[in-house]
Amino acid sequence: MDRKAAIPDYPTVLLALLLSIYGILMVYSAGQTDAQTVVSKLWRYQTVWLCVGLVAAFLVSRASVRLLEWISWPAYLMTLALLVLLRFFGSGAGTAASSTAWLTIAGHRIGQPSELAKVTLVLMLARTLALRREAPKTLIDLWEPALIVAVPWVFVLIQPDLGSSIVFIGIFFAMLYWFGVPWQLLLLLASPGISLILAFSKGMWTAWFLVLIVLIWSYKPYLWEGVFTVCANVTMGVIAPLFWDRLKPYQQQRLLTFLDPSRDPRVSGYHVIQSTVAIGSGGWFGKGFTMGTQKRLAFLPEQHTDFIFAVVGEELGFFGVTLALSLFLVLFLRCTRIASRANDTFSSLVAFGLAASWGVHVAENVGMTLNLMPIAGIPLPFFSYGGSFMLASWVAIGILVRISGEGRGRADGLAI
Amino acid sequence: MSFHPNDVARRARFASIGLLIAFVFLLGAFFRTQVLQNAQYVLQSETNRLREVPLPAPRGIIYDRNGRVIAENVPGYSVSMLSPTADSLRVVLRRLSETIPLSGDQIDLAVRRYRRAPNRPTVILPDAPFDVVSVLEEHRVQFPGLIIQSAPKRHYPDGAAVASFVGYTGEITEQELGSRAYPGYKAGQQVGKGGLEKQYEDRLRGREGTRFVEVDARGRVVREAGARQDLPPEGAQPLYTNIDLDLQRFTASLFGDSLQGGAIAIDPETGAVLALHSAPTFDPNRFIGGIPPDYWKDLTTDVRRPLYNKVIQGRYPPGSTWKLATATWALENHIATLDDVMPVPCTGGFQFGDRYFHCWEKKGHGSLTLAEAIVKSCDVYFYQLGLKIGLQRLIAGGVALAFRDKTGIDLPNESSPNFPYAIDYYNRRFGARAWNNSVVLNLAIGQGENSQTIASMARFYTALATDGEEARPEIVRQTQPARTRIFTLDSAQFMGLRRAMMGVLAAGGTAAAEAIQGVVLAGKTGTAQNTEDPVHNHSWFVGFAPADHPKIVVAVLIEFGGHGSHAARVASKIVEHYLKVAPASQIQTEG
Repeated sequence: MDRKAAIPDYPTVLLALLLSIYGILMVYSAGQTDAQTVVSKLWRYQTVWLCVGLVAAFLVSRASVRLLEWISWPAYLMTLALLVLLRFFGSGAGTAASSTAWLTIAGHRIGQPSELAKVTLVLMLARTLALRREAPKTLIDLWEPALIVAVPWVFVLIQPDLGSSIVFIGIFFAMLYWFGVPWQLLLLLASPGISLILAFSKGMWTAWFLVLIVLIWSYKPYLWEGVFTVCANVTMGVIAPLFWDRLKPYQQQRLLTFLDPSRDPRVSGYHVIQSTVAIGSGGWFGKGFTMGTQKRLAFLPEQHTDFIFAVVGEELGFFGVTLALSLFLVLFLRCTRIASRANDTFSSLVAFGLAASWGVHVAENVGMTLNLMPIAGIPLPFFSYGGSFMLASWVAIGILVRISGEGRGRADGLAI
Repeated sequence: MSFHPNDVARRARFASIGLLIAFVFLLGAFFRTQVLQNAQYVLQSETNRLREVPLPAPRGIIYDRNGRVIAENVPGYSVSMLSPTADSLRVVLRRLSETIPLSGDQIDLAVRRYRRAPNRPTVILPDAPFDVVSVLEEHRVQFPGLIIQSAPKRHYPDGAAVASFVGYTGEITEQELGSRAYPGYKAGQQVGKGGLEKQYEDRLRGREGTRFVEVDARGRVVREAGARQDLPPEGAQPLYTNIDLDLQRFTASLFGDSLQGGAIAIDPETGAVLALHSAPTFDPNRFIGGIPPDYWKDLTTDVRRPLYNKVIQGRYPPGSTWKLATATWALENHIATLDDVMPVPCTGGFQFGDRYFHCWEKKGHGSLTLAEAIVKSCDVYFYQLGLKIGLQRLIAGGVALAFRDKTGIDLPNESSPNFPYAIDYYNRRFGARAWNNSVVLNLAIGQGENSQTIASMARFYTALATDGEEARPEIVRQTQPARTRIFTLDSAQFMGLRRAMMGVLAAGGTAAAEAIQGVVLAGKTGTAQNTEDPVHNHSWFVGFAPADHPKIVVAVLIEFGGHGSHAARVASKIVEHYLKVAPASQIQTEG
């Protein structure tokens, strides 16, 4: 055991380190604006957080996977407790100024428990699923993992932190997939949500409903399952307009803006328009490190957090974008490999779940800068300024290194 | 067992493929945005950060015939403001009004200007006084969107004396911006609003330059220079006119503040306009940088109509000055010779049908030849000459002598003279049988349905002063004078007519004057009845000098000036000044 742990998974650590350094450079650049703001000093804090993260990763990598499995329950419960505490001690900042995502004590923002929740949720889900011998084949079989996700999900959603709630759902589906739940069942599970979205277009919803019928016909679930799914879809289709009314105005704006940013270019469409302009004006090699005019002159909002990738696009161009996305791709492929070589089901699920969490972050955050995704306040792993997320990401790297070390075969080279 | 290694490997493969697809999709999206649509977004980001500050180009300088300046440019300052929204502009301007005098109206105007062109600096003070500029320079840090720009300002050293033909400049209006007459103009630019400034806008307008300043998202100027290469403004070529500034000043001084009317002096050979003045007039320098509202109100409510160019826009019955047209037409068509005597001698009036038509001379002129009738301006003679010519031919004559045509002077908004186009005119105006031949009597002496501009009478006299070719009046120097033949007389007729015009010389005892000065002013007074004021007639004089070899044609009209000699006095002084000699007063007068 000790011998294996002594040979850490260098490629994974190296990838994460490269991404973190790239990220800190971008946070530094994000601070270089014509009118100096507090952002100009944040890269130092981010560096400190990276160091803290490295130490944490090292410590975590020394801990046995069994220990992680053992603390899954207490960690999960503690996370829930923190999320409940947010109701009383929460405050917001940045794009999420009106939310209560930060645990705040005596005016000091301690951190974002929802970042921690992403890790503990992966552990808890992995633990619950690993106890089963067979992959769930029916919807009712899924009640346990569903409940584990639903409880923190509700807490996160009422903060409100739409981004994290999307990540939770992403983790949930990714881990079920990795556990071997048939894709048809996953689709059935997701179908009410899909209905909810497509219900805003009658034609789309009708088409989707036909697909659903074909799916049920071919998958042949239990009768009650089929009936339940169909009913749920119809219900969602009906209540979609009511649900729309329940959304907060800014949430409605975000969705409408996603469909057409130019409908309100000065207010709700502003972020994504300026972000697209920043990225588009970057060209092949960008305007040069720290030289982005959109960023310098404050046209680009949230340039050190949610829209940091627009700074990459503007200053380093398509080249910089490709480099960053390639690093992420290699990291994710590496994680998949760690997951597929893991020693046991729990480890495998944890590895894949952590990678999925990052994957959703990257897809949503990067997609949002080009309006491929609706805007949801969601950070870019290793890039966006934020201590909690940096720390949580490096804890995850520590776990991955440990799982890799305990896994079958050798932690060899850069092969993926 | 779902976690059989083979199953896991299969799922890992699918997951990897999914990741690759997402990766390629994202890269594709970035490639499209960053590489394929790069130009579009570069433009957008440049539009975001750069504001074009127009650098106004100096307008072309306007010179008189001797190279003296009529219109020039003097250094001025304009104050403008960059702002992200109309509301923030309003807030900033309110704050600014605590520092410099700025009225609510000015703020409203600036906000309207902003809405028209939000990305251009909004002009707040088009012509800021130096003390305001220096105050603003001190407070510059508090107003980050503030742009103080040197802007050449139009100046007319002679002010009101040249206003009648030079016009003035002003900010382009919204209507002008929308019209096809002003292609490529931008809001806030100065354009010619009248006179030469408007007529020669294309030549006088320089090419505006551009300075690029860099602004941030809140519209604050971050970098004043160097954001991009400036485009320097290009001034326009100067405009050389035929005006004799000295004569122009003198003409304006003759009218002063008391006389109202107009005068034009033309070189009959070339049509060169030596002086053109309409009185009362306005001070164009006060128009630059926005007309003060009270001044504008004064000008527009003044019954003497200072903004109206009486030389080219005012239409007056030509009165006796037109008798030479009747005579010329009769001679050209051999209806009468200069020695013909009319059947009815002048006894102070003429009975036509049931109406009695008076001659201005109640005592009567007796029996006269045409030459003598011109000299004495005998109405009774011209009544009969008109009857002899006949209405149809007389109208045809007026048309042929171009009394229906604009002179074509190079000034905007010239009025067409009024003159019947044919007999049909009377049918339309009065009804088919509601008029009789007596109209020809009035027409023959320059009354009736005939009103001419001062410029059009001067133009006719350029033909009399030369050889029957009238010259188009030109203020700006042209390479080739535009001359049009309007009548043809043989040299005997011509000399006879001119002798008739000068006939008064002998009768009036001008030999002495001629002996002293050697210059003869020949011309014709007119006393035009007008509907505005039946008591005070308009006083006309049109003439030329020297009579034997004319160098200057002068037309003067004094509104409500009464006796024609008023206008004649002004005209003779203009001629005297121009020829630098005192002309013999060879003015044929009538009542």
